[in-house]
Amino acid sequence: MKYYDEYRDGASARALVAELRKVVTRPMRIMEVCGSHTMAIFRNGIRSILPDGLELISGPGCPVCVTSASHMDAFIAMADRPGVRVAIFGDLFRVPGSRGSLANASSRGAKVDIVYSPIDALDLAARHPQDLVVFLGVGFETTTPTIAATILAARNRNISNFAVFATQKTVPPALTVLLEDPELQLNGLLCPGHVSAIIGAGAYIPFAEKYHIACVVAGFETTDLLTSLIMLAQQIGAGEARVENAYARAVSWEGNTRAQQMVAEIFEPCDTQWRGLGLIPGSGLKIREKYRDFDAEVRLHVTLPPADEPKGCRCGDILKGISNPRQCPLFGNRCTPASPVGPCMVSSEGTCAAFHKYGLEV
Amino acid sequence: MADKCILLDHGSGGLASQELISSLFVKHLDNPTLRGLEDSAVLERPAGRLAFTTDSYVVDPIFFPGGDIGMLAVHGTINDLAMRGAQPLCLSLGLILEEGMALDDLERIVVSIAACCRDSGVPVVTGDTKVVPRGKGDKIFINTSGIGVLADGIDISSKNAREGDVILLSGTMGDHGITIMTRRAGISMQGRLESDTRPLHRLVQRLLEGLPGGVRTLRDPTRGGVATTLNEIAANSGLGVELREEFLPVRPQVRAACELLGLEPLYLANEGKLLAVVSADQAETALRIMRETDEGAEAAIIGRMVGGKAGRVVITTPLGGMRMVTPLHGEPLPRIC
Repeated sequence: MKYYDEYRDGASARALVAELRKVVTRPMRIMEVCGSHTMAIFRNGIRSILPDGLELISGPGCPVCVTSASHMDAFIAMADRPGVRVAIFGDLFRVPGSRGSLANASSRGAKVDIVYSPIDALDLAARHPQDLVVFLGVGFETTTPTIAATILAARNRNISNFAVFATQKTVPPALTVLLEDPELQLNGLLCPGHVSAIIGAGAYIPFAEKYHIACVVAGFETTDLLTSLIMLAQQIGAGEARVENAYARAVSWEGNTRAQQMVAEIFEPCDTQWRGLGLIPGSGLKIREKYRDFDAEVRLHVTLPPADEPKGCRCGDILKGISNPRQCPLFGNRCTPASPVGPCMVSSEGTCAAFHKYGLEV
Repeated sequence: MADKCILLDHGSGGLASQELISSLFVKHLDNPTLRGLEDSAVLERPAGRLAFTTDSYVVDPIFFPGGDIGMLAVHGTINDLAMRGAQPLCLSLGLILEEGMALDDLERIVVSIAACCRDSGVPVVTGDTKVVPRGKGDKIFINTSGIGVLADGIDISSKNAREGDVILLSGTMGDHGITIMTRRAGISMQGRLESDTRPLHRLVQRLLEGLPGGVRTLRDPTRGGVATTLNEIAANSGLGVELREEFLPVRPQVRAACELLGLEPLYLANEGKLLAVVSADQAETALRIMRETDEGAEAAIIGRMVGGKAGRVVITTPLGGMRMVTPLHGEPLPRIC
């Protein structure tokens, strides 16, 4: 299959593994920021062949995982309201809040629809004019443009029973928090592929300069990942801290400016709570006043209830890369994909789910 | 029967029920045992042990590329019998219909069931139909049970796999699962996606005849896919499984659809494939026998049973790395069979 096979070929991958072994000349800590990278690294078996000295730390780049318990509770309360039908991506269905999940709400009669795209939620609204269809906006820069496009489509199609509960987040402010953390001594960032397609590789230049950290934007195939790790190890070995783009077939330096403009038209930055990382100023997105008719928080007067994180769960430290899942006392016994306690286990891109699904030592 | 639909009357047991039975079920499924329409079918007792199985089918959509719910119901139960090495003898057919279902659709399904029965040589000998009010069901649910007979000495079970045995897959992975998922997601792909639903009892008989005593385990990897079924074989046999990723057969269009939807072919349902665990010295013979049949034309050796890693399935990736293959966990999957 074109565009896949050439990036997965076993012989070229094995040659890259040999090269990676050569260029890792000192201990180095590299964070893969993105949850899709975490999964791809496990699925390709890259974790099992890493040379000694190269430590890969999984970052907070799974939007479901960083959704706060308080937001989850608000989602569930919203699904329970009469006359409301919530539309979600499948990942959110089983995420526990402090009192059950959307799956529990669905089983007691709440209307919860799993959709593949926000546009499907708009079609759902058109088919159910008696319900207010609320799309629960969870995601990073990758997801937000399609949500923005859906709000514009709702306005153009005059569909008034559609709203978005916007809790999307942006990656750069979270990187600042991680790089300021004295516990997390990182030498390199494997920068996300899809997010960078929107924000551009140039978005990491301030981090490389201010924190002297090597940055490489990476794709998701075997050879993409290995090539990017080699580039990072070479920079770190040479004491350099630059931004390199190893995913030029999808990512440009300036990003997708049309998507950026559409997002800026509908959304404005706000402070928001991240699970594990706490309140990060300017890291959230809220719907602008001009589009308030599509803002579920305004239409339904939502207040965010205070909520406790589950007891004993280390998702917070895991999202920051301070702990790995095997250091959590709940991992693999009380907390499994079938019965998750924390969000890192329930999301298919969560670090705990990746360790549980693919990790050889389990 | 154009423009007509199922009424509550059709399940009442009265005149409308009888009309439906004679104009539809007996017409298409006719055979001497069914024809009597008595309360139960009376069967001649065959020599040998019996295998008995049941399965229910709720797939949505009820018609899909490569098949329909009726075909699944016949093939699924035949295959469950075949996976124990049994020769299928007959089926029961229970239908739960939703008031308002188009009679044309029902007839299309019954005709399809009849064709599958003829093709596989396994008749429906008893049946039942109920109708539930509109909104209490979803067009049609089907239950089939089946009886099969086992020749002397046949002992096929996941418990029987031994260290060093070789694992074969009779064809490509995921064709049924991805066909249903893309239908439901409203995605149309370049390259034809088609369910692989088909009966496997003839392939099984060929294997049993060709490899006397050499077939340890047969399983059809339906819901949960090859990954989940291999985990069950590993757990039941107390052994580990080692797979080679590049040996796993997947059609290019299935792989492309999986990339798009973020799915792994290893976890997708199959409705016309089997996993066979055979003794290592007979693996090549097993592969040859499979490849000589239509059902097994794309068969491949995909891995082997190993000691020391009880219950674990491990895969070697093309780059030479390794990872675990865990069973499918409760994901909110649509109704696929």
